[in-house]
Amino acid sequence: MSAADTVAPDAVRQSGRWVFATGVALLVLWVLVPIWLLMVNALSSPAEVTAFPKSLIPSFDTGSMAFFFGFGGVLDALWNSVQVAAVTMILAIGLGAPAGYALSRFDFPGKEAFRFLVIMTRAFPLPLLALPLAVMFIRTGLDDTILGLALVHATLALPFAVLITFSLFSGIPVELEEAAWSLGCNRVQAFRKVVLPLAAPGIAASAVFAFVISWNEVFAAAVLTIQNKTLTAFLLQSLDVSPLHLKFAGGAVLVIPALLFIFAVRKYLFAMWGIANR
Amino acid sequence: MPRALPYLLLLPATLFLGVFFLYPFLQVAADSALRGGEWTLDNYRRMASHWKFSTAFWNTLLLAALVVPIQLAMALTMASVVTKLEAGRSTLLYIFAIPLGISDLAAGLIWLAIFEQSGFLNSILTTLGVIDQPVLFLSYQNTWVILLAIVLAEVWRATAIMMVIIVAGMGLIPKEYGEAAEVFGASRWQRFTRVTLPMLKPSLQTALILRVILAFEVFAVVVALGGTQFPVLMGETYHWQFTMQDRGVAAAFAMVILGISVAFTLVILRLLHVPKEARV
Repeated sequence: MSAADTVAPDAVRQSGRWVFATGVALLVLWVLVPIWLLMVNALSSPAEVTAFPKSLIPSFDTGSMAFFFGFGGVLDALWNSVQVAAVTMILAIGLGAPAGYALSRFDFPGKEAFRFLVIMTRAFPLPLLALPLAVMFIRTGLDDTILGLALVHATLALPFAVLITFSLFSGIPVELEEAAWSLGCNRVQAFRKVVLPLAAPGIAASAVFAFVISWNEVFAAAVLTIQNKTLTAFLLQSLDVSPLHLKFAGGAVLVIPALLFIFAVRKYLFAMWGIANR
Repeated sequence: MPRALPYLLLLPATLFLGVFFLYPFLQVAADSALRGGEWTLDNYRRMASHWKFSTAFWNTLLLAALVVPIQLAMALTMASVVTKLEAGRSTLLYIFAIPLGISDLAAGLIWLAIFEQSGFLNSILTTLGVIDQPVLFLSYQNTWVILLAIVLAEVWRATAIMMVIIVAGMGLIPKEYGEAAEVFGASRWQRFTRVTLPMLKPSLQTALILRVILAFEVFAVVVALGGTQFPVLMGETYHWQFTMQDRGVAAAFAMVILGISVAFTLVILRLLHVPKEARV
């Protein structure tokens, strides 16, 4: 027992609990207050956004939002963002899940080399890929297209998809598959009827994560799209000309889906890192 | 067939990474050393002689040096709090993880709402009577306020990713180690520094590598808060590629970012090296 415990155990524990609770409250406020302030701006009229001093409570005026959605090019940009993110999601899962399955189920020469390749992608600033790819895309006619940008975003999302599905499939006992084989299923049937239903929620989560990565990406989107800008590229390139209420409404439109997505995948946030560390 | 199966499953992902990851990096290296079809160091010379280069270079390093240690300390605090908690653990984790899903551009805009002239900081300071009228915080006369705003936005946005990695790592440490230390009379702080931190090395390694590389890539936050008044490497790369249409110099900038990223990755790997026998 430490000295403090013998002097006044209750008082010390009590004050310790207070310090702890205050700390937790401060950390929670630190995360949530800035988001709240952005929402206050987005839900106020344009005049209120530039007014001074500001209220900390929104007036729930839809003026800023209406202006944002009515602004030329915004709806197109929004739709482009959704399309790019959806294609990214399909590419990342379609390429990543088979690799994750192979890593979790087989031991074979070259396995370590592949894991090294995947982990190495994390040691490189991936958005820079957009520079050389811009030229390659012009040659192949992929420049300024949804697919072209999605290919770059898929390189960002693929390592995560591989690592998440790897830990996901590792968590499903191989015995279940073996039981299915012994009951007359072939490999594909066993996978479809036994493994897939168990892994589906996790695969969905990693798909959502791929979507978020693409939705949020700024640099490659700004370099690779000209006519078909995504929302991030559009906002970035209009930063120095757009009025404040447009910026804040745009920021809010970027943030709100992200809040929902992270909520949807919260259970799987750790699967990406726990095993991937070693 | 069964022996070929794993390779068939890996083939699409490997081909994809070959075409869209390995090849472009070789290409960007080549681009940086080519000008008008000839091998030359001209691009690097142009880059280095541009007046913004050294500012951008040192700004990027300064930002990383300020942001990453704060984030490490905060992520460790958040992770310790979360692991200690019994009730409300998952809610707290969700709240702490929210910024993980928020883009750097949105984070920049969020902190712009606070720091701009009619923003919340000015409003609060005026209401409290600290200042008489709103101050233009984000102007070229106050570069240090721009720096402060960028640091706050970066810390706010990207601490979550370190926190998640560290929480995952803490979950892998067997409880017995801490209990044994407690039996031998170690205080809470001693248990943290002598047991938790050393056991956490592999996670710290991952978290630091990821964060440092992302810190060198800082771009949209800076553009949103500082415009062109606070040059960073990624912003200059964008400027040369997009506005100046000079791919060679842009590629040279990219190689500089790549170079410092790889260098720091190697340093972190070396500093936090865990011998294979010592792993759990």
